[in-house]
Amino acid sequence: MTTKADIRTEAARLFARFQAEGAVPVEADILQPADTLLDLYGEDIRARAYVTRDPLRGERMLRPDFTVPVVQMHMDSGAEPARYTYMGEVFRKQEEVSERASEYLQVGYEVFDRANPVAADAEVFALFADVLAPLGLRAATGDLGVILAAVRALSTTERRKAALLRHVWRPRRFRALLDRFGGGAPARHAGLLAAVTRDGADAVIDAAGPAIGLRSRTDIAARLTALQEDAATPPIPEAEVAALEDILTLRDTSPAALERLRDTAVDLPAIAPSVDRIEARLDALAARGIDVETLDFEASYGRTTLEYYDGFVFGFYAEARPDLPPVATGGRYDALTSVLGQGRSIPAVGGVIRPGLVAALAEGAR
Amino acid sequence: MTLRLGLPSKGRLMEKTFDWFGDRGLALSRTGSDREYAAAADADGVQVVLLSASEVPRELAAGRIHLGVTGSDLVREGLADWTTQADDLAGLGFGFADLVIAVPKGWVDVETLDDLDAAAAAFRAAHGFRLRIATKYHRLVREFLREAGVADYQLVDSQGATEGTVKNETAEAVADITSTGETLRANHLKLLSDGLIHRSQATLFRSRGARWGDAEKAALVGMAGRLGIGLPDHF
Repeated sequence: MTTKADIRTEAARLFARFQAEGAVPVEADILQPADTLLDLYGEDIRARAYVTRDPLRGERMLRPDFTVPVVQMHMDSGAEPARYTYMGEVFRKQEEVSERASEYLQVGYEVFDRANPVAADAEVFALFADVLAPLGLRAATGDLGVILAAVRALSTTERRKAALLRHVWRPRRFRALLDRFGGGAPARHAGLLAAVTRDGADAVIDAAGPAIGLRSRTDIAARLTALQEDAATPPIPEAEVAALEDILTLRDTSPAALERLRDTAVDLPAIAPSVDRIEARLDALAARGIDVETLDFEASYGRTTLEYYDGFVFGFYAEARPDLPPVATGGRYDALTSVLGQGRSIPAVGGVIRPGLVAALAEGAR
Repeated sequence: MTLRLGLPSKGRLMEKTFDWFGDRGLALSRTGSDREYAAAADADGVQVVLLSASEVPRELAAGRIHLGVTGSDLVREGLADWTTQADDLAGLGFGFADLVIAVPKGWVDVETLDDLDAAAAAFRAAHGFRLRIATKYHRLVREFLREAGVADYQLVDSQGATEGTVKNETAEAVADITSTGETLRANHLKLLSDGLIHRSQATLFRSRGARWGDAEKAALVGMAGRLGIGLPDHF
C-alpha cells in the first residue's frame, strides 16, 4: 500500500532532480480565477475542474493543472530562457464512477526557450525517460504540428481551414467537416441560399422573425455570405484528403513513420518543414541516448486531451497496468503562450509526472 | 424492514402517479388531513414517502428511498453517471417534456448543431466572448454539446423565464424544457432540427445504493408482479 508519505517522498525526489537539472522551483495558487480557464478550455472544464465561489472575487477553480499559471507567471515576469519546476496537488473532478483520483500530486518541468525548440523537446523527453527508466514504461510520442501543417496546406478556403483547425482536438467533428469539405456530404441550406440570392439577405432575415438578442443582423448576414461562398467552393482534392487521412491514422515506429511522412509530403509539400522537424528531433533524441528505432510515433496522439498542445507530444504508460492513467505526459504548447501572453509568445515545452503512480509502480515491482 | 417508495407530493404529477399505480391494481391513498403529506400503499412492506419531485434524485442517490417517481430529466441532470446510481424501471407515460436547444427565429442560418457551432465561432470572434446558452440543465446540455462537438459556447444559469433571456440580452440561445413549444414560439425562438437533448417523462426509478435486504427485495418483486414491470438482471 502506497501511503501519502511515500508519494510525497517520491515527489520531493523528482522535484529535487528537476532542480538539479537547473530548473527554478515555482509555486502556483490552488484557487485560480475561473474566467481564464473557462476562456481557454470552454465549458468542458466545468466537468473536469472543481468550481467554487469566492464571495468577493467571483468564480474560482481548484487548480486543474500548473501549466496555465506557470505560463502566466512567465509571460508576466519571467526572464528568458527559463526552466521551471513545480510540485503540488491538482484537482480533477470525476463525472463517471472510476478508480481515478480526483486529487493527486504532480511534479512538472517546463522549458521556455527560443534558441532551439527541437533540442528543448529532446531535453524534456530524455529527462523524463531517464527519471522513469527504472519503471520500464512504454513511451508514446506524436507531433500535432504535422496535422496542423497538413490542414493549413489544403487547397481550399481560409474559412474551411480555420474550421478544421478549430476542431483538430474534437476528432468526430473534424471528421464530419472533412467529409463535407471533401464533397462526401450533401449540400446544406440549398433552399435558404436560393432565397437569399433571389430576395437578398435582409428580406430573408426580416421575414423570419423579429431581431432579438446580441447576435445581430450583421452577424447573421456575414454567416449567410460565408455559406454562399462555401457552397461555391469546390471540394478539397481527393488526393489531399487521402494524404491527410494517412497522417491522421499514422502509427508506427519513429523511423518508419518518418519514412511515410516523407512520402505523404509529396502530395502535401507544405508539411515538409514539420517532417524535417521530426527528423531533427529524432537526431536530438538519439544524441541524448534515446533508442529512436523502437520509439512509437502516432500522428494523432494528444488529439483528445486538453487542447493546448500544438507540436511534439509524449506520454509514458505502464503497459502491464492498462487501468492506470499515463504516469507522465507532456508536450509543446507554443500557441498557449501567445493566448496568455497578450501579444507576446515564446516556444514552450514541458511535462508532468504523477509521483503517486511512480511510487505505486515502484512498490509493485519490489 | 420496509420498502420506501418516494412519490411526488403535490399537483397533477402526484395525482397521475397515484392513478398509474391504481390502474395497475396497486391502490395508493392519502392519509391524515388534506394538508398532511402522508399516504399509504395497499401492499405489504411498502411505505409511501411524499416528497418534492426535485428531491427524488437526491434521495435515490443517498439510498434513503428504495424506489422513486420523478421526471427522467431530473435524474439525468442531478446524478453524475446516473445509471450506476439508479435503474429506470418503467416510464409512466405522462409528464412528457422535451429538453431542447432553441435559438432566435431570426437566425435563418442556424438549423442544426453544426450551424450553432459555426455561429458560435463567428460570434466569439466578433463579440469577444463565448456565445451564451441559458439553462438550468447544465450537465445534460454540456454533455450533449460535447458529444456533438460544439465549441465556443458557455452556459449561463437560468432558473426560470429562460425563454426571455435572449430578448433580455443575457443569453444568445436557450436550452429548456418544453412540451408544446408554445412558450418558445411566443418568445420568437425556434428549435434546432437535431437539438433534442432528452425526451423526459415521469419514471419509476430504483435506487441502486439503498439497503436491499430480503424483505425489501420481496416487496419489490411482489410490486413488480402486480404492476407488470420487469426488473433489471443485476437486481
